[in-house]
Amino acid sequence: MNEYPHIIEVHDVRYSVGGRPIFDGLNMNFTRGRVTAVMGPSGTGKTTLLRLITGQVAADAGSIEVAGTRLSGLSRTQLFDLRRRMGMLFQNGALLTDLSVFENVAFPLREHTRLPERLIRQMVLTKLQAVGLRGAAGLMPGELSGGMSRRVALARAIVMDPQILIYDEPFVGLDPISMGVILRLIRHLNDALGLTSIVVSHDVREISSVADTVFLLSGGKVVAEGTPQELQSVPSEVVKQFVGGLADGPVPFHYPAPDYFDDLLARDGGRPA
Amino acid sequence: MITELASSLGESIERVGDMCRFLVRIVVQLPRSLTRPQLIVDQIYNTGALSLVIIMLSGLFVGMVLGLQGFELLRRFGSEEALGTAAAIGLVKELGPVVTALLFAGRAGTALASEIGLMRATDQLSAMEMMAVDPVRRVVAPRFLGGVITMPLLAAIFSLIGIYGAQLVGVQMMHVDSGSFWSQMQASVDLRDVNEGIVKSGVFGVACSLIAVYEGYHSEPTAEGVGAATTRTVVTSAVVVLFLDYLITAFFLK
Repeated sequence: MNEYPHIIEVHDVRYSVGGRPIFDGLNMNFTRGRVTAVMGPSGTGKTTLLRLITGQVAADAGSIEVAGTRLSGLSRTQLFDLRRRMGMLFQNGALLTDLSVFENVAFPLREHTRLPERLIRQMVLTKLQAVGLRGAAGLMPGELSGGMSRRVALARAIVMDPQILIYDEPFVGLDPISMGVILRLIRHLNDALGLTSIVVSHDVREISSVADTVFLLSGGKVVAEGTPQELQSVPSEVVKQFVGGLADGPVPFHYPAPDYFDDLLARDGGRPA
Repeated sequence: MITELASSLGESIERVGDMCRFLVRIVVQLPRSLTRPQLIVDQIYNTGALSLVIIMLSGLFVGMVLGLQGFELLRRFGSEEALGTAAAIGLVKELGPVVTALLFAGRAGTALASEIGLMRATDQLSAMEMMAVDPVRRVVAPRFLGGVITMPLLAAIFSLIGIYGAQLVGVQMMHVDSGSFWSQMQASVDLRDVNEGIVKSGVFGVACSLIAVYEGYHSEPTAEGVGAATTRTVVTSAVVVLFLDYLITAFFLK
């Protein structure tokens, strides 16, 4: 049935910002129909990975294929065609603040289709019902809590029936109940709509409960890959530090700095180098 | 010192080039924006209707000052009756377009720049990109067009109210003859003068709207970034408007 079992293939990707390498020979395959988590310490480029996959930035070298289409060299129109098959949930929801909840969810439909109003209304209400916020259709984004904003953004992300749904840090700043709701939705929407989900997060315990596969990134490479259970038993120090939440280890506690005492005793009293 | 000056000049030229490219991007998207007239109407309301009070008030006061100063000056030559002409020409050709553009930059331009800048800072523009919607078409083009349509209308209203203000001071308070006030104005203000005002306000409309949407769209996605973009909008608009004013005036005097 599937010509390509991996809906996204990242092959030997190199990417650097301002001369600082972020990825150096990154290889990842995202399997169709699964929930894949991408984890890693802050600053390892998880969000950058999403920007690469969605074509917001281009890799310096290597190739990225999404749904059988190679990203490099795509025109803007081709890229936009590809993006219609993707949904993305931004960290803060990124709802359009001048539109109501209903209009936010209807936004992609109004921009890309010429459907009659009655059908748009039905589709929007169905999606809002799926995230449990049909009753909030008339509210403005400013009236929503953080968790509700993200659920509305989720309804908006699935309204065009995408093949791939991408979540950028969906749990940041949420209370345990909202977190539970989002977790349930990730799994439920993935299975009910036949999606492929990619979740970038560093909430180890939460994400382990829904993810089928986990990638752990560190130092610009994948350092571990497998099911959440397999990850627990990986002998690597980086993985142990991350999964165990240890303050010091291969990822140092201290940001690189000159010698502590030299710094304290420096005469000029100016700002430290 | 000289190298610094040269590099800042280079940066300015680069920015002008960038703005021109951005203008081309907007113009390319304009036909598609026109298929959604409601978006443009909303922006005409935001930039135009909401600026009306400040424009009308300023127009009235500028006209009244013009009436006072003009009367004082003309009285020295015994030609107070020319006050209507002086006020009308001053307003229609110069003060109307220029002061309206400066107020427009301060009221509507800053609102546009900070709104678009905040949309950038809160990922709303990236979200649109991800939904395969070009923000230049959906957000920037309607706002630009709204500003371009609004500016000449606001300038016309400013001049109109300004002339009324001059009349208020000249005729009602200083007792200049009402008949000669209006008839001299009618006789000596010709279509060329009005055209100059229309051309100026049109050009200023394009310049101010472009600067506002450009600065907003390219602002750093932080609180400081949006603040800096708003400041740059006002400063750049003011300088550009006064510079263009000189060019257009020189062109019409040729």
